[in-house]
Amino acid sequence: MFQTVLFYFIAAVLMGAALGVIFSRNPVHSVMFLVLAFFQSAMLWLLVEAEFLAIVLVLVYVGAVMVLFLFVVMMLDINVETVQRSLTRYAPIALGVALLMAIEMVQLIWTRSETGESAVAFAAYPEGYSNTKALGSVLYTEHVYAFEIAAVILLLAIVAAITLTMRRRPGLKIQNVARQVAVRSKDRLRVIKMDSEKKQ
Amino acid sequence: MIGLQHYLTIAAMLFVLSIVGIVINRRNLILLLMCIELMLLAVNFNFVAFSRYLGDDTGQVFVFFILTVAAAEAAIGLAILVVLFRNRRSINVQELNEMKG
Amino acid sequence: MQSYYLTIVLAPLLAAIGAGLFGKKLGRAGAHWITILAVGLSCLLSILVLKHLYWGGGTAENLSIYTWAVTDGLRMEVGFLVDRLTALMMVVVTFVSLMVHIYTIGYMHDDPGYQRFFSYISLFTFSMLMLVMSNNFLQLFFGWEAVGLMSYLLIGFWFKRESAIFANLKAFLVNRVGDFGFILGISAVVMMTGSLDYATVFSNAETVAGQQIEVLPGSPWNAMTVTCILLFIGAMGKSAQAPLHVWLPDSMEGPTPISALIHAATMVTAGIFMVARMSPLFEHSETALAVVITIGAITAFSMGLLGIVQNDIKRVIAYSTLSQLGYMTVALGASAYSAAIFHLMTHAFFKALLFLAAGSVIIALHHEQDIRKMGGLRRYMPITYWTALVGSLALIGFPGSSGFFSKDLLIEAVRESHWHGQGAVYWIAYLSVLLGVFVTALYSFRMFFLVFHGETRMDKETASHVHETPWVVTVPLILLAIPSAVIGWVTVRPVLFENYFGESITVFARHDVLAHMGEAFHGSLALFLHSVQTPVFWLAAGGVFAAWFLYLKRPDIPETIKNRVSGLYTVLDRKYYFDDLYIRGFAAGGRGVGNFLWRKGDQMLIDGIFVNGTANSLGKLAGVMRQLQTGYLYTYAFAMIIGLTMLLSWLIWFR
Repeated sequence: MFQTVLFYFIAAVLMGAALGVIFSRNPVHSVMFLVLAFFQSAMLWLLVEAEFLAIVLVLVYVGAVMVLFLFVVMMLDINVETVQRSLTRYAPIALGVALLMAIEMVQLIWTRSETGESAVAFAAYPEGYSNTKALGSVLYTEHVYAFEIAAVILLLAIVAAITLTMRRRPGLKIQNVARQVAVRSKDRLRVIKMDSEKKQ
Repeated sequence: MIGLQHYLTIAAMLFVLSIVGIVINRRNLILLLMCIELMLLAVNFNFVAFSRYLGDDTGQVFVFFILTVAAAEAAIGLAILVVLFRNRRSINVQELNEMKG
Repeated sequence: MQSYYLTIVLAPLLAAIGAGLFGKKLGRAGAHWITILAVGLSCLLSILVLKHLYWGGGTAENLSIYTWAVTDGLRMEVGFLVDRLTALMMVVVTFVSLMVHIYTIGYMHDDPGYQRFFSYISLFTFSMLMLVMSNNFLQLFFGWEAVGLMSYLLIGFWFKRESAIFANLKAFLVNRVGDFGFILGISAVVMMTGSLDYATVFSNAETVAGQQIEVLPGSPWNAMTVTCILLFIGAMGKSAQAPLHVWLPDSMEGPTPISALIHAATMVTAGIFMVARMSPLFEHSETALAVVITIGAITAFSMGLLGIVQNDIKRVIAYSTLSQLGYMTVALGASAYSAAIFHLMTHAFFKALLFLAAGSVIIALHHEQDIRKMGGLRRYMPITYWTALVGSLALIGFPGSSGFFSKDLLIEAVRESHWHGQGAVYWIAYLSVLLGVFVTALYSFRMFFLVFHGETRMDKETASHVHETPWVVTVPLILLAIPSAVIGWVTVRPVLFENYFGESITVFARHDVLAHMGEAFHGSLALFLHSVQTPVFWLAAGGVFAAWFLYLKRPDIPETIKNRVSGLYTVLDRKYYFDDLYIRGFAAGGRGVGNFLWRKGDQMLIDGIFVNGTANSLGKLAGVMRQLQTGYLYTYAFAMIIGLTMLLSWLIWFR
């Protein structure tokens, strides 16, 4: 019973956060709402004993990705809208379509499911079950190639992101190490002979 | 009793909300990226729910991969955004109609 | 002999190609030498072939040279049927053509299209030879169309003259009408006999004649009558019989040698030749022969009348040609095919002569063609004068001239053709040819007197330059004057009465008027001496006298007559309104229909609605659709989502 109450509470907060993401005027607020949404999701996943993913979601998303978002939002000088956000022309249609889609999906989930009205509870894991260990045993055996490819994709993302954003500013003073090392004294120093000046 | 349907419903609502976010938002490109993250979260919900429902851990492994790819996507997407902003001094969606033939 | 035939046909073709394609390299002299030598060779060989067939005891040859297509049992061949009829035509064609070639050197010597002209006339000779030497309908049709094409090209030879372009188009279109009938006739022949070959078709003539054919549903006609009338429509077009005669007078827009070659001596005789060649078919249908004789009679008389009111020297001769072609057609209709061919031959000589003489006058007067501006040329141009006199006498059938023998006997044959019954057909034919003699004499000598006698009416400038034309012009005149004068003496007996044509021409015994006349024939001299007792002689003499009286003695009378019967004069001057009917009626009507179809059918329906309409509506649709392509990311995302939603809806609710 407590779990049910907790579920509905967390779900409600999650929906509120999602609405906040899409309707807040300030992008920073949006990011913050998104962080909240991720936290709530992590909690919901904890409720169904998917602990590893819940932790990963918090660590990776909230800790890394959302910080990145926040960083970009703050780095870019985006005007915070002062006027009332004007919706697109299609907004009414869009809302209609979205509503239709929601109705359809809910109908699909609730009336077309094999078991009918009653919700199917998840079977509890046996005693001493470790979600992390179980996932690890599958991940490193069955899906090891996919895992490696995921690593490569991450590397790719790093390289791509750096490549995209790096730029060479004209007039920037930088060291050329190779030339510094290769330098010789006679290129730098010139000994000239000249007559001494007369004392005035 | 909380079960599969509840989780699927949450996923569906998140998905629809993110769609609404993509369609009605016309000022901020970052918001689009955030909506996409939200959408991926909805997908992940489905994976987790079905994984638990069927008792198959592979579903959660997939969520793991999706998180990986989403992180990569976010990184590249933001990089593109930065470049875009640098070139145009704006990330206003309404000014980005280069696709018009 | 096969190599002879091939050489006869191909020599002019090769010369035409040479002069036409390599005219610049050959130069003017080269062009006329190559064509004259080629046509001369053809002429020589043709004479040898005629000699071989007539004196050498040769028999008719039917050769298939080349089969170029066989389809569903129908063999399409190139072949030669050379019998005495063909040989005679070959000699006439090549001889007149040779004379015209030589004459052209003088007539066209300052024309920029010199080589082209020689190329055309050689090609024409080739076409005509293909026509007469053919042994099947398809090759006949080839020659038929080829001479039509050459006629078109040659009438429009001076293609910068608007009137020439009009005339050649007119000739081409009017000939198309005839050709339409002709090709239907050939189709009928193929349908009836399943063959294009003359020999096969003629041998099946008997069976065809017994069949019926429904031209219009419910009205069965004799198959042979239908076939022959259709073929004769082709002949009407080519031989310029009323009412398809309108192109011939206009064709005088072409250079005079062409008028002589095509529109007097050869091409227009193709129809006559064709009917004579098809005699085994025509003999089976007295109805068709009645049509032929009636058309011929109408043409012979009415076209002669038009000659009286014309003032253009070439047009007078053109109407005379029409009239004489009518005579030939009448002879065909009377089953006197030999007489028709005989008249064709003599006419070829004297008409070519008259045309060339007219051309000589035209050259001398610097291309002046109006006979009212001539007169008294006898003093300046003696050779032309005398040769023209010979030609005119032959034309009116003056006793002793070639025209006398052919025309006198032709009229006699018509008079004897009682098998047409004593009804309208017989009397129309007989009276037309008889009165035609008077008319012929009147217009011939009207022209002759106006041109060569009387006062000099041209302006002083021209008069001071008039002199006899060079030898290249006068030699052909003399060479044509000789046969015009004497050929009748030697050929009348063999051609008409001694079965010269043999197997070439089929005449049923009940139609054979010439055999009947042959019983009363006692030689050329007797005929000559007898001539003064015939009405033909007196009519001709009357015509000449009338011409002399009206145009030399009392030139004021024609004016009076003209004013008195101005209605009749107008009808004649307007050429019985045929031109008006065709141009204002058929041509304008055709253009009206064409304009209507063009504006409503093509422009509005096809272009407007189908072609441009499709494009325009697509453009408009695209103009609407392109509004969807905003270029904004969210629009595309939205479109995808709408699609996704629709798919989902379909899956959930409608499956």
